Amino acid sequence: MDLLESWALSLIVFLPLVGALVALAIPKEREEAVKQWTLLVSVVTLILAVVVAARFDFGAAAGFQFEVDVPWISAIGANYHIGIDGISLPLLVLSALVVVLCVIYSWQHWDEPRNPRAFLILMMILATGMNGTFVALDLVLFFIFFELVLLPMYFMIGIWGDRTMRKIPGFRKEVETRLYAAIKFFIFTLFGSAFMLLGFLALYFKSGSGGQQSTFDIPELIARGHLFEGTFAWLVFGAMFLGFAVKVPMWPFHTWLPDAHTAAPTVGSVLLAAILLKLGSYAFIRIAIPILPDTARDWAPAIAVLAVIGIIYGSLACLAQTDVKRLIAFSSVGHMGFVMLGIATLTEVGINAAIIGMVAHGLITGLLFFLAGSIHHRYHTREMSRLGGNLKLMPVMGGILGFTAMASLGLPGLAGFWGEFMALLGSYQPLPGLSTSFFRTAMVIGAIGTVLTAGYMLWMLQKVNLGEPSSEWAGKEFQDVDRYEMAAWAPLIVLIVAVGVYPRLVLGATTDAVVGLVETAFRAVGG
Amino acid sequence: MTRIDWLAIAPEVVVAAALLVVLAVDLFLPRERKYWVAALAVVGTTLAMVPVILMAVSGDNYSMFGGSYVVDDFALVLKGVFLVAGYLVLLISVSYIESDRYYQGEYYLLLLSSLLGSMVLTSARDLVVLFVALELTTGPLFLLAGWRKGDLRSNEASLKFFIIGVLSTGLMLYGMSLLFGLTGELSFEGIREAISTGGMASEPVLGLAVLLILVGFGFKVSAVPFHFWAPDTYQGSPPPVTAYLSVSSKLAGFVAMLAVIYLALPAATDFWGPALWLMAAVSMTVANLSALRQSHLIRLLAYSSVAQAGFMLVPFAGGAIAENGLSEGLGATVIYLVIYAVMNLGAFAVVIAGGRRIGSYEIADWRGLGSYSPRLGVMLAVFFLSLAGLPPLAGWFAKFVMFRAVLISTGPAGVWLAVIAAVNAVVAFYYYARVVKSAWFDQAPDEIPEDTETGPTGPLSLAMGIALVVVLVVGVFPGLATFFGDAAAALVP
Repeated sequence: MDLLESWALSLIVFLPLVGALVALAIPKEREEAVKQWTLLVSVVTLILAVVVAARFDFGAAAGFQFEVDVPWISAIGANYHIGIDGISLPLLVLSALVVVLCVIYSWQHWDEPRNPRAFLILMMILATGMNGTFVALDLVLFFIFFELVLLPMYFMIGIWGDRTMRKIPGFRKEVETRLYAAIKFFIFTLFGSAFMLLGFLALYFKSGSGGQQSTFDIPELIARGHLFEGTFAWLVFGAMFLGFAVKVPMWPFHTWLPDAHTAAPTVGSVLLAAILLKLGSYAFIRIAIPILPDTARDWAPAIAVLAVIGIIYGSLACLAQTDVKRLIAFSSVGHMGFVMLGIATLTEVGINAAIIGMVAHGLITGLLFFLAGSIHHRYHTREMSRLGGNLKLMPVMGGILGFTAMASLGLPGLAGFWGEFMALLGSYQPLPGLSTSFFRTAMVIGAIGTVLTAGYMLWMLQKVNLGEPSSEWAGKEFQDVDRYEMAAWAPLIVLIVAVGVYPRLVLGATTDAVVGLVETAFRAVGG
Repeated sequence: MTRIDWLAIAPEVVVAAALLVVLAVDLFLPRERKYWVAALAVVGTTLAMVPVILMAVSGDNYSMFGGSYVVDDFALVLKGVFLVAGYLVLLISVSYIESDRYYQGEYYLLLLSSLLGSMVLTSARDLVVLFVALELTTGPLFLLAGWRKGDLRSNEASLKFFIIGVLSTGLMLYGMSLLFGLTGELSFEGIREAISTGGMASEPVLGLAVLLILVGFGFKVSAVPFHFWAPDTYQGSPPPVTAYLSVSSKLAGFVAMLAVIYLALPAATDFWGPALWLMAAVSMTVANLSALRQSHLIRLLAYSSVAQAGFMLVPFAGGAIAENGLSEGLGATVIYLVIYAVMNLGAFAVVIAGGRRIGSYEIADWRGLGSYSPRLGVMLAVFFLSLAGLPPLAGWFAKFVMFRAVLISTGPAGVWLAVIAAVNAVVAFYYYARVVKSAWFDQAPDEIPEDTETGPTGPLSLAMGIALVVVLVVGVFPGLATFFGDAAAALVP
């Protein structure tokens, strides 16, 4: 039992990495063996995550459980400190689940130049990075995992990505979309995280100013929050903001997102949307706000403004798209805007909204990218002007697309509703000290955003699903959803309904932790 | 005082003996058996590790020749690094040198002489020993750079390197003589004490001396604006020599700089602090921007090594700004040097291996390498991305300690340098990634280069393997590298 306590999280993090190393030893030609092995590893990881969730003490969700804290790089005071609380638990389970579904989906769907072994190895390394980020409680460890996801995604986009040629402003010749998208994704994220690292180091040195040992430990830094104030705190928050906001991504740092999501292979887009985007917003909740609460309050209006711009901009940009995958990518900008708006309110409702919004966006947009991939696979195009009548050609897939689009636009009863609704609710009554009228204005604009979201989603459905199939497809046989697709999508569909009907699935874990976070951070003002 | 502790100079003695054996044996070996020379050189360097390890285990310090020659933790650690770097360069050289089939004995002789120089350098504690050791390190490299004597570029490389080398030596010597004239001392300790007791820390002549010495070192470590010899010399020299130049020769420059600055001139931070701040900032920025436009792999690595020198200078500046920052700065620079040495040699090993197969160092010609030689492709990605500083490859920790050393001072000068370094780290990623992109994302050419290697490939593979393991293990357990930094930091008085 104790063994599980101390090893479960480490296994969840490193099992995929070990799996990747073993897969390296399997000959490239034995594709089936590689696939089965990766499936096994990812399923075991998921089971472990579920076991952790089952044994998680929801009565004490505010504290860290399954904690491990051993010295790692003693010379710089960095520890291997991992643990999980109500905030990270849902995201960890989501991450483990999505990886399994991606392995299943990719069983029969390989983008050129195939090579399943390399692709699955990258996916497993990615899994280690994602899971690790959600459990890391030490800034250096967090940084390592946060960066670890970059490399595999870079290679996924660069090797298996979209090969169409595009004219990019500033480039003399046309370049392949994947090349441009891969490097753009990397440079943007790296730029942010370089500054994030500077912020972490500044925190480290400042944490020693009380005469204590300097530390990278997140809970310890939260306890020493009073040491960080004034211009110093403002600059450090700014540095971390750059790192996290690029990852979320918030407007105006979002421009890498449409390119990366559109160019990535299907599974890459799913992982990007479902998990990678969450790393940034999770870091705000885990690191930036609790360690620098007062500064967070100074920054909150700015974050709210950017979030609201993101909501409106994302929705309007969607309406201008002709490529269905790019439309879904832009919708992420809008949805993450709601998440960030929730965080900016700095209230229990708002932060809860952010987490359930993150989970819902992971489920829904993940599924949407799966669908976009399958549509492309069938029609070999994603141009909405050429699609149409999908519901007639492929009733099951059309149905699922309709369902997911409804979930995405925030239909009550499905998962997407809660994040948007609660974020708006939180903005009605932000943390005392923040301007109520300001946030209520944000709420109104956000509400307009929900209408726009409904608008573009329905517009997309109309273009893709409804109407008569274009004559181009006449006489062609389309295979409806195959069993791998069904196996990968069914859990997402079930969860979208389940979280929608019974949001306590997520909120039950997060509420206590969020209440604890907000109370510790803003006790002084009685938030 | 005159007693010589043989254990303390055993590493140098072993290398010197290997050098003489190589010279003698080479005379009697028929041409087709010349590879024995390489084997002897490798054995010699390996044997020299033994006394280094023995002394490291015993933990004693040795001081000889009136304190001019000291074997302490700092010296031992760096002797170890030089030996390992020399060992790797020897392994890298074997197949390349073998295939050209001329001057093999001389090649290893010169390489070992240079290695001997840099090992003595680590123990030098006065200006004369330091100068002689530094010249012994550099001298043989003038010849090695021009080793392919039929090749015009190689001649150019050698000549440029020589003229710049002599110029920098002259300037450095002038600075040293000023320092001697001012303080009347040659030993670092004596200079330090003379400056502090005589209240000379703000003497203008001291400033001139410091600046001249820094200019000399600037050439040695190829920092901007004293870097312009590097790209041409790197490109023209035989690639294994370039590997040695970019690692051991640069390392030697840094070791000399560390010793002089931290032992002799800690009081003169007002002079070298701002100068090195500027040199660091300009080196990173100029070299990175120039590297963006390179299409030739070795030129790219040349500019990369200039930029990396800039990163290594950052902790110096940080140490000068912060109170008690000196030992932090010294430790950070040494950790950076150690990690840089391994990953850069790994990168050169891959470039040499790939270059022999592809027959070109143009980045565009390397397209699709990952598809027809995944092994080389993976190594290329690992070493280049480690140079870029991405976790979990060892390079991240080098960058990390560098940022740490400069942020220890919370003043604006430190923060600005950290910001400049951070932006540069991102820019640098772009050109390292371009190489990776070419190898992995671009379509392989229609005619895939055949593997036509005739020489022995084992040593080169071994070098790559060692570097790979170090880069991966240190990346995950960076505590291993901090050992070097801590040991070296004990130098600061």
